Amino acid sequence: MRLLKIVPDNTNIGFVRIRHIAFALTALLTVAALALVFARGLNMGVDFVGGVSIEEKFASPPPLDEVRSTINGLGFGETTLQQLGSNNTVTVRLPLPESTEKDAVNKMVETVKAALAAKFPGATFSNYSTVSGKVSDELIFNGVLAVFLAIIGIAIFSWLRYEWQFGISTAVAIIHDVLMALGFFALTQFVFDLNIVAAVLTIIGYSINDKMVIDDRIRENMRKYRKMGMSELIDLSVNETLPRTVMTSVTIMLALAALLIWGGHVLRGFTAAMMLGIVVGTYSSIYVSSSLLITLGLKPGFREDKPDRSVAAGAERVGPREG
Amino acid sequence: MLDFPRWKRLTIFIGIGIMIALSIPSFFPQHMRDQWPRWVPKPAINLGLDLAGGSYLLLEGDTSGVAGAKLEQMKEQVRGEMRRDPRIDIGDISVQGGKVGFMVRDPSKVDAAREKLLAITGSGAGTTGQREWDIAVVDTSRFQLTPTEAGLNLKVDEAMNDAREIVDKRINALGTLEPTVIREGGSRIVVQVPGLQDPSALKKLLGKTAKLEFKLVDTSVTPQAIATGQVPPGSQVLPYQEGGGQIAVFRTAMITGDMLVDAKQDYDPQTGQPRVTLQLNGAGSKRFAKVTQENSGKPFAIIVDNTVISAPNINEPILGGSATISGGFTVESANELAIALRSGKLPIELKVVSENTVSPELGADSIKAGITASIIAIVAVIAFMILTYGRFGIYATLAVTINVLIILAVMGMLNATLTLPGIAGFVLTIGTAVDANVLINERIREERRRGRSVTQAIEFGYKEASRTIFEANVTHAIAGLIMLILGSGPIRGFAVVLLIGIASSVFTAVVFTRMMVSIWVRRNRPTEIHI
Repeated sequence: MRLLKIVPDNTNIGFVRIRHIAFALTALLTVAALALVFARGLNMGVDFVGGVSIEEKFASPPPLDEVRSTINGLGFGETTLQQLGSNNTVTVRLPLPESTEKDAVNKMVETVKAALAAKFPGATFSNYSTVSGKVSDELIFNGVLAVFLAIIGIAIFSWLRYEWQFGISTAVAIIHDVLMALGFFALTQFVFDLNIVAAVLTIIGYSINDKMVIDDRIRENMRKYRKMGMSELIDLSVNETLPRTVMTSVTIMLALAALLIWGGHVLRGFTAAMMLGIVVGTYSSIYVSSSLLITLGLKPGFREDKPDRSVAAGAERVGPREG
Repeated sequence: MLDFPRWKRLTIFIGIGIMIALSIPSFFPQHMRDQWPRWVPKPAINLGLDLAGGSYLLLEGDTSGVAGAKLEQMKEQVRGEMRRDPRIDIGDISVQGGKVGFMVRDPSKVDAAREKLLAITGSGAGTTGQREWDIAVVDTSRFQLTPTEAGLNLKVDEAMNDAREIVDKRINALGTLEPTVIREGGSRIVVQVPGLQDPSALKKLLGKTAKLEFKLVDTSVTPQAIATGQVPPGSQVLPYQEGGGQIAVFRTAMITGDMLVDAKQDYDPQTGQPRVTLQLNGAGSKRFAKVTQENSGKPFAIIVDNTVISAPNINEPILGGSATISGGFTVESANELAIALRSGKLPIELKVVSENTVSPELGADSIKAGITASIIAIVAVIAFMILTYGRFGIYATLAVTINVLIILAVMGMLNATLTLPGIAGFVLTIGTAVDANVLINERIREERRRGRSVTQAIEFGYKEASRTIFEANVTHAIAGLIMLILGSGPIRGFAVVLLIGIASSVFTAVVFTRMMVSIWVRRNRPTEIHI
């Protein structure tokens, strides 16, 4: 049986050669993402801005204008609607009621549910949540802090274990990935809620994994080819790991595509974000973190005195046994 | 690298066998697991509310009330203690600006008073030994008692613990629900009730402090005085429930909730109206009998959470210690009040700060869609792996499958809850598990290309790839640990799955597949491999 081979043997693509163009592209995209986030803003879910969110399932896709006018007529303030899934499901978002009465939220939810059920026969409620402003502030703070410290932690670890350039380049690349993901959400206006934070964490996780694999190969080659120029060495490393990069990302993309198509609307924004994250994470491994190593002046044989402390270093001493 | 002695192989197989066995219960629904014999261990993953449907409530205790209560309590304590000693004469005790203050009339008695205060303010709070109160003397004879941070925290902590228990009791009293009630952080309680679709009754029940008091009505106060609030110092104006106006009552409570032994909803035999019947304890019964004897013909206000429920006239002395509250109840509201009274007074006022209710249908849809998508994804990944790596692809597939089962088993043993973010962690873990196998197989391909022999290529492939896998996973685990420690709710759920997955994917990719390959190589001594 002939096995599938996506990347031909001895592929040698000059990735590093076009790194200046890539840098420009990266810079452009990053600025664009930032601009989008600031200009358009994220479509924050109630988790982060506080408020009430009610999800209703209708018998058939409802005319949004009518839904909007029905709810706005109730006098609870401006509503934001969003169609989900097969367009039968609509999320109604409202600000928290001004009344401080204890069951004001309940009354509001009940009123909306009743109004929608009366106007659109067959509408059933599927989910609602309310978050107070205080809790949502904390959620934002905690989420950002956890992500930020995770990035710092990885940078410090890479720096202590290897050369400082690896720490910086990895951190910069991951920040780039996060910004891209945020830009994606600003562009598509998918609801950005706590589940999406999990998606962002997954993107970071995948990206770390990808960078570590290439970084590891770069380090291996730095020990092997002490005289080679850094650009060539990175090209070599990226090309050597290319079959793995392609294979892994294609496999994961396959799985994610299945989730995107058949996984239901709750997971949709989430899956889309992860697919984007894989593309971005793979790109940034080559054109942000690896290319940055050259800019930061890493050279083969740099700090040769640093002892080899890699985890499996001891394994070499175990003599091969022909089995 | 390819050397696996028999005992090692056995250990690995048995270990994996146990893990697979432990993952099985998670595939069956709760009601089926319950029917299994008792001796069968059945660790299973709980489905989070976002998947199973149900209500999530985040309650926050009003800690400012705790400080107030602590000050009032101290005021009473000071009054009692100082009164007991005739030598110490003090002025009015005030509670102001978070301090209890009073004046000792005779400055020479300041030291004696301080002695007394030291005795009643306690030697230290908790295990840290910090004092609960700061005692200061200003203007030579004026005492100021300020609760310390540690003292307040201790009080809040106690109050929250009690509140958690009461919340648990109240929800359980509602019937067949299986709630989880846990404390979160300093002043919050998380309530999760699977299957509950309409949490409004629950919220009403938890919103009640259920402070029960019986107070005599001050009939000397005119309606005009009530309206302007000009009442004698010993009386206060309280509102009637549901817009029934206001009424003046004496401040001193004759009967309080702590004298209660039982409260239940029943019906008034004469009118058929729902009502709440209370049973008082011994001391309460005596007190109630005495008060009703002395105040026959006068109205007696029954007050819950500073709202007057009703104020019936005392027709005759009530001797049995049994009292009833009737006042326009529905069966539900009477039952709610009975539950609230029975479970005791909340030591702290709770507010719902966040809530989320997912209908079981949506949860079921999510699970169904998730399972369909997962099966398709798994089939696609398996096909792709086998097409690409042949025999090694089969090993990789086995490894990834075992990896999933191990994660399920460990999560089951930890009694962890699987939520949507957890599924994200799962997807990522499977991704890295696939990646670990890809790394190994690609490396073997590479080494073969460089002209190494079959055994050497496998040998080297595993060695070099293992290092990379370790590097990547250690870094990944650091990120996971930071998220676990710092993150809240969903981020945590994600991190738990991630950390378990990192450990098991390294094991299955590096140890398990290597063993499988080594067994195959020993048996067949291949001179060429298809990879």
